[in-house]
Amino acid sequence: HGPYQPQEPGYGLDQPGYSPYEDQIPDPQARMLAIKNAKAYLLKTSTRSGLNLYDHFANILTKILDEQPANTVDIIEDISKDVKWAQFRKKMDTLRDEHLILPTFEAAEKCKALFVKEIGEDEREELDEEMPSLPNVMETAFYFEQAGIGLDKDESYYIFLSLKNLINVQPIQTCRFWGKILGLEMNYIIAEVQLHEGEGGEEEEAGEEEEETVAEGEKEMDEAEEEGEEKEKEAEPPKSTYKPPPEIPKEENGTGTNKYIYFVCNEPGKPWVKLPPVTPAQIVCARKIKKFFTGRLDAPIVSFPPFPGNEANYLRAQIARISAGTHVSPTGFYQFANEDEEEEEGDAYEENPEFEPPPVVEMVESLATWAHHVKGILKQGRCVWINPSQKSEENEEEEDEEEEDKEEEEEEQQEERGLPLLTLISEDEGMKNIPAWTAQASTNLIPQYSVAILQSNRWPGAYAFASGRKFDNIYFGWGHKYSPESHTPALPPPAQAEYPSGPGITETVDPTVEEEIAFRVAQEEALAGEEEEGEEEGVEDD
Amino acid sequence: YRFERVWFWGCIQGLRGAYYIAEGLGPDRAAPRSRLYSLNCLDWSLLTPATKEVLALAEQLKGRFQGDPSFEYNLAEINAEAAARLTEGGREPVIKEEARLIATIEQIDREVGIVPRGAFVKTPLGSVHENRHFEGLSLLEAKKLSSYFHFTEPANLKNKTLLEKADLDPSTDFLDSLEHDIPRGSWSIQLEKGSTVVVLRSLLWLGLTFYHVPMTKQFGYVYFGTGEKNLDLPFML
Repeated sequence: HGPYQPQEPGYGLDQPGYSPYEDQIPDPQARMLAIKNAKAYLLKTSTRSGLNLYDHFANILTKILDEQPANTVDIIEDISKDVKWAQFRKKMDTLRDEHLILPTFEAAEKCKALFVKEIGEDEREELDEEMPSLPNVMETAFYFEQAGIGLDKDESYYIFLSLKNLINVQPIQTCRFWGKILGLEMNYIIAEVQLHEGEGGEEEEAGEEEEETVAEGEKEMDEAEEEGEEKEKEAEPPKSTYKPPPEIPKEENGTGTNKYIYFVCNEPGKPWVKLPPVTPAQIVCARKIKKFFTGRLDAPIVSFPPFPGNEANYLRAQIARISAGTHVSPTGFYQFANEDEEEEEGDAYEENPEFEPPPVVEMVESLATWAHHVKGILKQGRCVWINPSQKSEENEEEEDEEEEDKEEEEEEQQEERGLPLLTLISEDEGMKNIPAWTAQASTNLIPQYSVAILQSNRWPGAYAFASGRKFDNIYFGWGHKYSPESHTPALPPPAQAEYPSGPGITETVDPTVEEEIAFRVAQEEALAGEEEEGEEEGVEDD
Repeated sequence: YRFERVWFWGCIQGLRGAYYIAEGLGPDRAAPRSRLYSLNCLDWSLLTPATKEVLALAEQLKGRFQGDPSFEYNLAEINAEAAARLTEGGREPVIKEEARLIATIEQIDREVGIVPRGAFVKTPLGSVHENRHFEGLSLLEAKKLSSYFHFTEPANLKNKTLLEKADLDPSTDFLDSLEHDIPRGSWSIQLEKGSTVVVLRSLLWLGLTFYHVPMTKQFGYVYFGTGEKNLDLPFML
């Protein structure tokens, strides 16, 4: 047959299903036309998204043939979606790339600064004389790693380098990596240092100045009170008889709770910040509250009882408590400098050159082989007890002598004695039936190289290891003490009585009518009895 | 055991030893998981799934784990009713530490087991499996709490407003997001290593850490802790 005429029914090949002659091989020309029509249809641009089906299929097939995923037929719809998304993403690509580079880039820059060597050749001689002891963080990390405790190797190394920077910047005598405290937004990395003597003096002077101004302020107030009392004795609101308990002075830098100075940073590479020394009031309050650290040192602590200070002070107080509770060393490693002075002032301990480290097995089995080398904190908040009423005498005026005597009698506080310095940790009390420490050897399989590990149960996160002469303590955790019971916040104190109650103000029930009548009758009888004797008329006053 | 996937769930520290826990799953990712525990990572024992009563009882047990799976807690001190019921039934009023262990793991998984959005898809038939096309969250999404879901039966999905529901994609958004966790702020999000890794830590169960590397398929969570719920959380925030 020749070419089909349009009127013939066999022509409509672009309308599938219409042709009754489907079994016939269609004419090539008509077929080409049909193909062109189909392609035109596929190329029809969608009014909504600006894509067309032809290109979309081409992209899908290209992607499939490039990537060759398994089970393509199952995920064909996902692939189709992805291709569509890719169309839209391209426009934003350049912007996104710039945005993404920044955070990682900045962090890398900071870390790079750590790696830069700052010490020049000339300074090396000076340093060799008074080389402050840079702790070998990597070695400590290795030992703790045997127990499964520790940070990422990279992070340990960064900490190592930033400690080195710290030593170069500050006049440091000894330095130690204390640990890491986790926070909500950022974490804290903490270094425990001892500065050269005389360097901490700046803090002291500032502190003294503050105290002087406070004392002057108090004296001024007292004088004003005197004047006020003399002049206006008439209408004055009643003065509160509340005298706040005398402030317990903080311990000197270099002793007791303030023996070490702590530097913190949020991440290795960031500058180190010095934490202020801790006051007993802060420790006492920190015992009563339990708060997460946010990671910002200037964050306020909202709590009851109100914490005197911000997060830097709370952090310092918790560090002090943790150190006092969990820093241990093998017994005998430290000994008292002076054998005679075993009182509370025996702060000075030194390494015992004749120390023989007990074998690891013994260190694990018996807790008596470990001893605290940091003083415990008394209830007062200090390591050495001080009598607060001594100070109060200086500030009182002469008028208040009577009150003074009363205070001395009432507030005769018991002198608190803490445990002496190098107590064995077997004396540590557990809570309920939980012992205070859990000891383990790092491995049972290789006893000659195993390390004795101590975990504290009172402060979860505090660990100590000992292996031969080497030992160290570290803390990784949230910074809170463990308590088997839930934390109960302190209740507010009861409302103070506004006025003393006495017979003058106390309400009494008015007498009832019967009582009054009975009373009057009794009085009349009494008066009638008197009238018999006397001649005056009985005045009946009720 | 015929698991398709096995992973290390974490470690619960007891007083005298630690329990190492592993979990395994078959083809359906949402099926109840089989859990195994070991004291030394060599010998593993399967834990039988806990009944609801045991779960409720174990929630009341407080204090650290002992480290000994056959240790028995005396129920009489804790819950006299349950103890009475058990004695009537002829059994001793005790709970073994094993039961407490499985109950704790179940609780932790249910309350704080999380996955990133898009990592799992739900087919129209109802079974859940991993999304092979999941290529990680972007950095922006990774910082938001709403891009992470609890991997358990959703409790809050139906309570959302219609507006929110319109935005949901039923194949990927079939779980509860972390945004509405009570109390607010019980998750701590941090970017580490110069924002190459995002780490979420739960404050309700101290010790649960979830990590995800943005723009990659890597994510996971692990528990290292004492196995105790932090009931003081509202005071601490």
